Amino acid sequence: MSQLLAPPADFTGLSALLNHPAPIVLHQRRWHGPLVALVLAAVLLPTVANEYWLSAILVPFLILSLSGLGLNLLTGYTGQTSVGSAGFMAVGAFATYALLVRVPVLPLPVSILLGGLIAAAVGLLFGVPSGRIKGFYLMVTSLAAQFFLEWVFSKFPWFYNYGSSGTISAPHLEVAGFNLNTPAGKYGLVLVFVLALTWVAVNLVRSQTGRNWMAIRDMDTAAAVVGIPVYRYKLLAFAVSSFYLGIAGALWAFAYLGSASAQSFGITRSFQILFIIIIGGMGSIAGNFVGAAFISLLPLLLDTLGQNLFAGHVDAGLLQNIQKVIFGGLIIWFLIKEPDGLVRILSSIKERLALWPLRL
Amino acid sequence: MGLFLETLIGGLLAGTMYSLVAIGFVLIYKASGVFNYAQGSLLLFAALTFVTLHEKGLSFPAALAATVVVLIAAALLIERWVLRPLANRTQITLFMATLGLSFVVEGISQGLMGAEVHSLDLGIDDVPVFIGGLMFSQFDAVAAATAAVLVTVLALLFNKTRIGVSLRAVADDTRAALSLGINLNRIWQIVWAVAGVVGLVAGMLWGARQGVQFSLSFVVLKALPVLIIGGFTSIGGAIAGGLIVGASETLAEAYLGPYIGGGITPWFAYFLAIAFLYVRPAGLFGERTIDRV
Repeated sequence: MSQLLAPPADFTGLSALLNHPAPIVLHQRRWHGPLVALVLAAVLLPTVANEYWLSAILVPFLILSLSGLGLNLLTGYTGQTSVGSAGFMAVGAFATYALLVRVPVLPLPVSILLGGLIAAAVGLLFGVPSGRIKGFYLMVTSLAAQFFLEWVFSKFPWFYNYGSSGTISAPHLEVAGFNLNTPAGKYGLVLVFVLALTWVAVNLVRSQTGRNWMAIRDMDTAAAVVGIPVYRYKLLAFAVSSFYLGIAGALWAFAYLGSASAQSFGITRSFQILFIIIIGGMGSIAGNFVGAAFISLLPLLLDTLGQNLFAGHVDAGLLQNIQKVIFGGLIIWFLIKEPDGLVRILSSIKERLALWPLRL
Repeated sequence: MGLFLETLIGGLLAGTMYSLVAIGFVLIYKASGVFNYAQGSLLLFAALTFVTLHEKGLSFPAALAATVVVLIAAALLIERWVLRPLANRTQITLFMATLGLSFVVEGISQGLMGAEVHSLDLGIDDVPVFIGGLMFSQFDAVAAATAAVLVTVLALLFNKTRIGVSLRAVADDTRAALSLGINLNRIWQIVWAVAGVVGLVAGMLWGARQGVQFSLSFVVLKALPVLIIGGFTSIGGAIAGGLIVGASETLAEAYLGPYIGGGITPWFAYFLAIAFLYVRPAGLFGERTIDRV
């Protein structure tokens, strides 16, 4: 009896806990095993993957993920719709080119980062109307940016160093004496930028800044009422987003295409990036990678399917149109069935697997 | 002065073509709150269907009637497969769905009817005519007259018929309209079909001008600044916006273009739209909204 009434052994510990409230855990530390494995795999990939996969699939996939990340910070986290992403990518590409050509002493990564900063400045400029204009009306600002920037970079020869074709190409890709002009080198360059910027983004959206952005996205009037400087944080979102897009643009031009022109950053590219974040998941960091993988692999898959199923029966043009219909149909289907994107589907699969023996 | 007037009139007439595209937008936005990016693809689809049927040997009126039937069928399908499952979703979701829809419509149009450029002869000569010493295009004048007729027909439809009244009721207050027993799905079907027919008219005029081809779907990008200036909810605004954009764009290209390298039409209208938005954030004729927490 007395044993039953005796206080539990850890009573003192419990009282200590009650007297000293535990710190509020904002983010629970999760097991990062799969993530670390994924990053390791990405780093080790060049030793096994062939050159085609590296330079034609993985490099564009990574750069598109980075662009998606840039747009997602603006649209998915801050709620400012933009269809001018490619315009800011162009700024990054052309600014980096100008630095590479005119200030050759700068190392390549510095030129790319400065190119990103210049893109951020331009993004800031085009973010100014967001203080007064909202929603669809704001989308027009981004379209203005898209068309204006495209025009600037094809009209003024200074930007493409007075070449006759209007294209820019990297003089040489080299970091600290290492030649990066190989598929593995380019992949490495892209991977380093993507990993570093993703890490920054993950921490940024968890910080006060990210919380303010999400408050503005959810309702900007309410955010203003609770004392968030709405306009300042909107501008910051435009700048950060354009910084990411600018770096993605520089990488797209020099690590993927090799040589680019203003047409490489047309409005279809902007829509492609928008689709990445819709399909992957708005307001999700991992979603950009999932969406970009989907966007870069789907055409390949449809191509292979088409060639195996209708080889010779159907011409390439028709196949392309069928792809377009499937692609558009999938977007509508996603919006109807899973507005939070592929990332939501993946996480619900994960949850079900965790509960698997008990409930499915 | 003569040159200025000619440029101005040419711009105004060209602007009515923009208005035609924008009217299709406004119809759909008013009735269903959908910012329909696919209007450009629908315009391409309508014009391409008409041209293909006409080339297959159907007479002009028969091809026109058949195209209208096809457009009504398309409206029914879109309502059933896209709008109804997405009812009550946010506007941005609906907008993105129309982006997807534009891919589907473009893929189907080009897959079924080919990607080559079709010429379309509406029997209007694109010759300059002189009135009072000023030269302007006969084609543009016909286009402007068509726009005027179309707007009159739409105004009659909306103000004098039962369908029009219920349509305006839905635009005014969707819930109240629903509780009065107005069939919302039917209204959407009708409005998308009407927008399709407006697209057909616009597509035929644009197609006669520059050939029926893929680039027709890009006129949607021309119509956006028009909508911004006029507001999304006003047909009168769409017309005014079209005229403003047409005139200022032509004048800017003629007088400002030479100083900054020319070719400024792709973005000029957008900057104009931003300038208008600074003064009136909901467009010239748009409804002002009040934010509540």
